[in-house]
Amino acid sequence: MLSIRELGFGYKTIRALKNVGIDLNKGEVLSVVGPNGAGKTTLLKCIIRIVKPDKGTILIDGKDTSLMKRLALARCIGYVPQNSPSKFPITVFDAVLMGRRPYMSWKPCKKDLEIVAELLASMDLEDIALRDFDHLSGGQKQKVLLARAFAQDPVYLLLDEPTSNLDLRHQMEVMEMISEMVKKKGMAAILAMHDLNLASRFSDRIVMLNDGKIYCSGEPSLVMTAENIMSVYGVEVSINTDNSHPYILPIRPVISSKVKAQS
Amino acid sequence: MEDICQQYKSFTGKKVTFMILLTVAVFGVALIAISQGPSSVGFKDSFAALFRDAGLAHAIVWKLRFPRIVMAVLVGCGLALAGTVFQSILRNPLASPYTLGIAASAGFGAVMAIVFGAGLYSEYLIAGNAFFFALVSSLLILGIARLKGSTVETMVLAGIAIMFLFSSLSSLLQYMGTMEEVHEIVFWFFGSLSKVGWKEIGIASAMILVPIPILWKWSWDLNLLAAGDESAKALGVNVTRIRMLGVVLASLITAGAICFTGVIGFIGLVSPHITRMVVGGDHRFLLPASALVGAVLVLTADTLGRTLWAPQVIPVGIVTSFIGVPFFFYLLMKKTREYW
Repeated sequence: MLSIRELGFGYKTIRALKNVGIDLNKGEVLSVVGPNGAGKTTLLKCIIRIVKPDKGTILIDGKDTSLMKRLALARCIGYVPQNSPSKFPITVFDAVLMGRRPYMSWKPCKKDLEIVAELLASMDLEDIALRDFDHLSGGQKQKVLLARAFAQDPVYLLLDEPTSNLDLRHQMEVMEMISEMVKKKGMAAILAMHDLNLASRFSDRIVMLNDGKIYCSGEPSLVMTAENIMSVYGVEVSINTDNSHPYILPIRPVISSKVKAQS
Repeated sequence: MEDICQQYKSFTGKKVTFMILLTVAVFGVALIAISQGPSSVGFKDSFAALFRDAGLAHAIVWKLRFPRIVMAVLVGCGLALAGTVFQSILRNPLASPYTLGIAASAGFGAVMAIVFGAGLYSEYLIAGNAFFFALVSSLLILGIARLKGSTVETMVLAGIAIMFLFSSLSSLLQYMGTMEEVHEIVFWFFGSLSKVGWKEIGIASAMILVPIPILWKWSWDLNLLAAGDESAKALGVNVTRIRMLGVVLASLITAGAICFTGVIGFIGLVSPHITRMVVGGDHRFLLPASALVGAVLVLTADTLGRTLWAPQVIPVGIVTSFIGVPFFFYLLMKKTREYW
């Protein structure tokens, strides 16, 4: 279990996270939603220790991660950043092979190569295995980064807006790959999401962040209500619950003073 | 699936082949270089004299030509390696010991040791001082990169500023120095291999060769650094440590390559790019292959400089600039995309 307790983090002038607490069980997909600047990315970065939290603890099965070595943490938690700028050429195969870095010595062994080859085959990336990463489309890049995180063989997977900039088909493919992997390998995933519909459809639980604090959390149908979305996003929506998961249709933005009055 | 593994293996096989070819090229050019010179010791005689004491030919080959060739190989390897490491660590395709001004400051360190160390003139003092100043400006660059971000523009501008500062400091020393010292110093500004002996080679090779296995061992960390700090951290790389130590080692290599030969420009910039075009960005192959490319380039440039207008010798730094400047422009033009 991954437990985040009373997490606090501030950039120079802004308090980005205030007293955030989340428990994540294996086999669960959890989405973190919230407006731009709500602290979604910062939360993920704190968990993987790209930035050091000012307050609070993060425990993996009861063990404090701040006492773990970076390499040990890398075997537990995989991270897919929002974008991976690359200034120099690298093949898709090598990009995925990087995910084996926490395990391998200087020379990748047969097992490492096989894991990568298997992932590329199962994710339909075979044909572009030796292509340059930078020449790929946005959707292909995202799949490659996902494959790298899978190659890392972590228990917990953190994904920062995995579907932004993707076309419809790639959005669905990527989300299905994530939830399949989570169920198959008994992993758990935290996704920072902008697309509320995708989040409701593919998550077991949703945490709604506003201004660095947890506004509410729970099952998608509990969190995705017109009132919550109105007060956090300031957008009037209609919610369709005909299917098993809520479907959100945005109507119009509301002037912020009105939002305050309502909430 | 088997297929992909097979493809990947033949892909790495090609990189190894390229490195073998480069090694052959180094020896090939060295053989040509050893037979060229103002004295009429030809190809066969000079080759024979390498292994057999045959009077004058032996002396010419062992005292004049051979040290020069060894130093050219060392300097080429060193500058190319330092360039590769600076480029990955700063994630900046225009970084190199020369463009960042680190070569100029190492040169200033060496010149300063010559002028002020007159009484206790020693090779060690020159090498040590060159390293100290290389390190100072590398750390300055690292600081600027941290504060302002390592964009191409920031780094090039900072490099120009540092280069100007240390060039003018060197000029100042030259202005104040005695005739004799000035003579010593002048060739620093061109980069020349004409003054190296075995003692200098010993010191330079220690400074250049010792860091190589360490850097090579960090190949994966450097690969990940080139892919971005966040990914690198998430995959278990101690980014701050690798970056700091990487810069220290690259400065040591730069100082080793510069301190007895002066500033030889553009090798550190050009070699990694040429190599990346062939072997790609994996440092396990990029580091050694780029070192070999650098060796071939410097050795070729020096041999050209010695033979083109023989008996007039053009300093190697001038020849490499003629090759390097067009390439530098080519890189700038190519910058239409964010990726190189």
